[in-house]
Amino acid sequence: MPMGRKTRLKLDFWSVVTIAIFILFAFFLAYPLFSLFAGGFRDPNTQQFTLNNFIRFFTKKYYTRALWHSFLVTTCTTLLSVAVGAPLAYLTTVYKTKGTGLINTLIIISMLSPPFIGAYSWILLCGRSGILTALAENLFHIKTPSIYGFGGILLVLTLKLYPFIYLYTKGALQKVDSSLFEAAESLGCSGYKKVFTVIFPLITPTILAGALLVFMNALADFGTPMLIGEGYTVMPVLIYSEFISETGGQANFAAALAVIMVIITGLMFWGQKSIVNKRSYTMSSLHPIRPKKLQGAKNVALHLVIYFVTFLAIIPQITVIFTSFKATKGAIFTTGFSLESYRKIFSNLGRNIVNTYLFGLTAIAIIVLIAIFIAYITIRKKTWLTNAIDSLTMFPYIIPGSVLGITLLLAFNKKPFLLSGTAAIIIIAFVIRRLPYTLRSSSAILYQISPSLEEAAISLGDTPPKAFFKVTSRLMMPGVLSGAILSWITIINELSASVILYTGKTRTMSVSIYTEVIRASYGTAAALAAMLTLTTIVSLLIFFRLSGKKDISI
Amino acid sequence: MSNSISIDHVVKRFGNMTIIPDLSLEIENGEFFTLLGPSGCGKTTLLRMIAGFNTIESGNIRFDDSIINSIPAHKRNIGMVFQNYAIFPHMTVRQNVEYGLKMRKMKPAEIKERVDQILDIVKIQDYQDRFPEKLSGGQQQRVALARAIVIHPNVLLMDEPLSNLDAKLRVEMRSAIREIQKQVGITTVYVTHDQEEALAISDRIAVMRDGVIQQTGAPEHIYTRPANLFVSTFIGHSNLIYASLSDTDDLPCVRFAGGYSIPVANLCKDVEKSGRVIVSIRPEEFSLHDEGIRGTVTSRVFLGKYIIYQVRVCENLYGNTNVVEYSQDSGQVTHLLAIGDTVFLKPNITKINIFSEKDQLSMIKDVNANG
Ligand SMILES: Nc1ncnc2c1ncn2[C@@H]1O[C@H](COP(=O)(O)OP(=O)(O)O)[C@@H](O)[C@H]1O
Ligand SMILES: [Mg+2]
Repeated sequence: MPMGRKTRLKLDFWSVVTIAIFILFAFFLAYPLFSLFAGGFRDPNTQQFTLNNFIRFFTKKYYTRALWHSFLVTTCTTLLSVAVGAPLAYLTTVYKTKGTGLINTLIIISMLSPPFIGAYSWILLCGRSGILTALAENLFHIKTPSIYGFGGILLVLTLKLYPFIYLYTKGALQKVDSSLFEAAESLGCSGYKKVFTVIFPLITPTILAGALLVFMNALADFGTPMLIGEGYTVMPVLIYSEFISETGGQANFAAALAVIMVIITGLMFWGQKSIVNKRSYTMSSLHPIRPKKLQGAKNVALHLVIYFVTFLAIIPQITVIFTSFKATKGAIFTTGFSLESYRKIFSNLGRNIVNTYLFGLTAIAIIVLIAIFIAYITIRKKTWLTNAIDSLTMFPYIIPGSVLGITLLLAFNKKPFLLSGTAAIIIIAFVIRRLPYTLRSSSAILYQISPSLEEAAISLGDTPPKAFFKVTSRLMMPGVLSGAILSWITIINELSASVILYTGKTRTMSVSIYTEVIRASYGTAAALAAMLTLTTIVSLLIFFRLSGKKDISI
Repeated sequence: MSNSISIDHVVKRFGNMTIIPDLSLEIENGEFFTLLGPSGCGKTTLLRMIAGFNTIESGNIRFDDSIINSIPAHKRNIGMVFQNYAIFPHMTVRQNVEYGLKMRKMKPAEIKERVDQILDIVKIQDYQDRFPEKLSGGQQQRVALARAIVIHPNVLLMDEPLSNLDAKLRVEMRSAIREIQKQVGITTVYVTHDQEEALAISDRIAVMRDGVIQQTGAPEHIYTRPANLFVSTFIGHSNLIYASLSDTDDLPCVRFAGGYSIPVANLCKDVEKSGRVIVSIRPEEFSLHDEGIRGTVTSRVFLGKYIIYQVRVCENLYGNTNVVEYSQDSGQVTHLLAIGDTVFLKPNITKINIFSEKDQLSMIKDVNANG
């Protein structure tokens, strides 16, 4: 076999695929990002190079405060999520808990639900005219603290994001061999000392990885601070309002803001990677930790704590489903139950429902195809070009949804590349944002498939592409599909990019939940959210079925 | 420092499965004691009861004279070497070894001295600042050993510590372990399913089966005078041949189905000297003669030191076979047998063992299940 086979590019099937994918990435990701960066450095009127956008940002207190707010919210959310998620994972791993399967499922559901229904539900419960607020006032004559602002954002984001830490930590704990703990005990160590000298250091890299995910999500979240922040402006909200505002020429400023965001997330991503790469331990667990049964009051307390924390996370889903069946009068809930809200959404917002499923399925089809190809060329056909593609696939991790929305809009809003306002631009956003889930699980399964299977097919007379489609791609399907379901779930719940890209005709369910909430039409919002939640749950059940697992790794 | 262990009628159940029905053992101070038995017989279970990781359903375990049943593992002052070593991957070799001493709130100077000394004994000074990931299996093994003995434990417990190593390293490490154990002089309970390893390393061995101890004794005793049929086949290879015992002449006599018979002088006084027995003959206990058990050579394997022959015989053999194994010492042999040769195998009457067919217990004098 000639030496250069792997490095030289020949125009066979896979070279064509590689080039096509590279062009797609260049055109829909690299070029828009480049335009965004360029836009941030351009004067809105003269289109000349300038640093004014950045100077304006860093000199106006109004703007820097948003950055400070973002920093505060993000940091506190991350710390609090670790403080809730890690102990919860530890307790449910080390002690026998009734209903762990259900707890896991509920936590996963809460994690995968649309981010903003948390804010919306907590407003329904504890907002100005919230159910609990009224209850507290009428029954006990207490004024409950306001849910709006920093505290509310922190509450909602933490409850929404601690599941990441929980699942990550639990995954790591399940990989730890129990003999390590026994070794510690045999050396005279027990209790909290064991936790801090052995368990905690071992799972720290994983907790860091989870914390980064929480950090990124909290920083990028647009819906929550928009709904519950009420004047507590954070970066994504600022970007959105600067971009949307009618006064012309804000696009360049918004682009500059987006650049700042991407730089922050990029630094975080890189920093975490280098820490985790330096200190991660390959662990294989022959004897996983066996949960112990606690006795008496301790056992009761354990269950109470675990159920309570799980319950808090799932409150939004319960609220949404409950209120979707409440009778309404105009936009206001009244006593009694009815299917009024559902009737309304099907007659007025049917289009949005169709859009969600139509765009979503189209995006998934594209994602599956691209993911299979990328996984294959980056693993089996390594060249400098496939390495470049591999690096490009990292970008979706560091680009917040609202930034991606602006990026695409700026790049494709004039001829010859006029896509703004079309369904295509929303589908492109979906594909870029949610490709990583499918890609990762496709790569994972491909690593387990021996190349010799395909070589056998070729030796029996198949052409390489035929051998790939007939053998390898079929064997990859289970992994691809379980990843695709995650992509799907996160697509239908996508808000932060679509809210920037949508027009009346291309509005999806999650966008319309958002606009209904802004219009204070809570009944219809609840019905839409309930539908989304139901779709999420059903998809999740299919995922568990397909993957044969009871867990999910995001 | 180190102490004796006495295990007194202990019982272990998991759910409604009884793994150890009733087991008693005495392990002396400073002794290298091995639990040997097939996989799943309960060795690990028993070891973990001594360590404190398994509860004891009934009976007592004592260190010297004090009952330790309810003392939690971290207060028993045991050193344990795990099958997968269980070295903390986030600590360097030195930090791993220091760990137990730090838990004992020892002064830094003293910790340093003790760690240096032990690193020297197990010969890992050169790797002390490395992370365990970077070490070979044998080196990790030494770290695990150092970490366990540096705390000056009352007893050292090892669960199949060599099973993850390759054959050559296994042999090397087992002499290292043996040497270090003698040097520190610590009571050691060692678990293995490898009989050769057990024979090589132990002061005494307890052979276990289904949670019951079959025989306890020094390696050479267990090998030459197994207490029952199971021990005779589990340790080393034994040819088992049915025979009938009669006591008509002055000496009891064993008669094989093929007609060959030999007198036996070393039967226990109080056994019944008639009826069916199973004679156990090791491959090296045969010699070629003009008379003996007649057979035909069916295969020959040359192993350097020995030559192993399979010989088909017209005897009533225990188990589903019609061949016996005969091994020749290459140092003594003048000419090799060829396949198809007819031979007469004569058992060495002072070495062979005889078990009663009824209870499969040894009928030989001075054989003690608790030697
Ligand atoms: N924690 C446990 N729960 C239930 N059964 C167990 C447990 N540990 C061991 N066993 C059972 O006890 C028996 C003896 O196991 P073990 O002591 O590990 O055997 P050995 O170490 O001799 O190979 C096995 O049948 C095993 O399945
Ligand atoms: Mg075992």
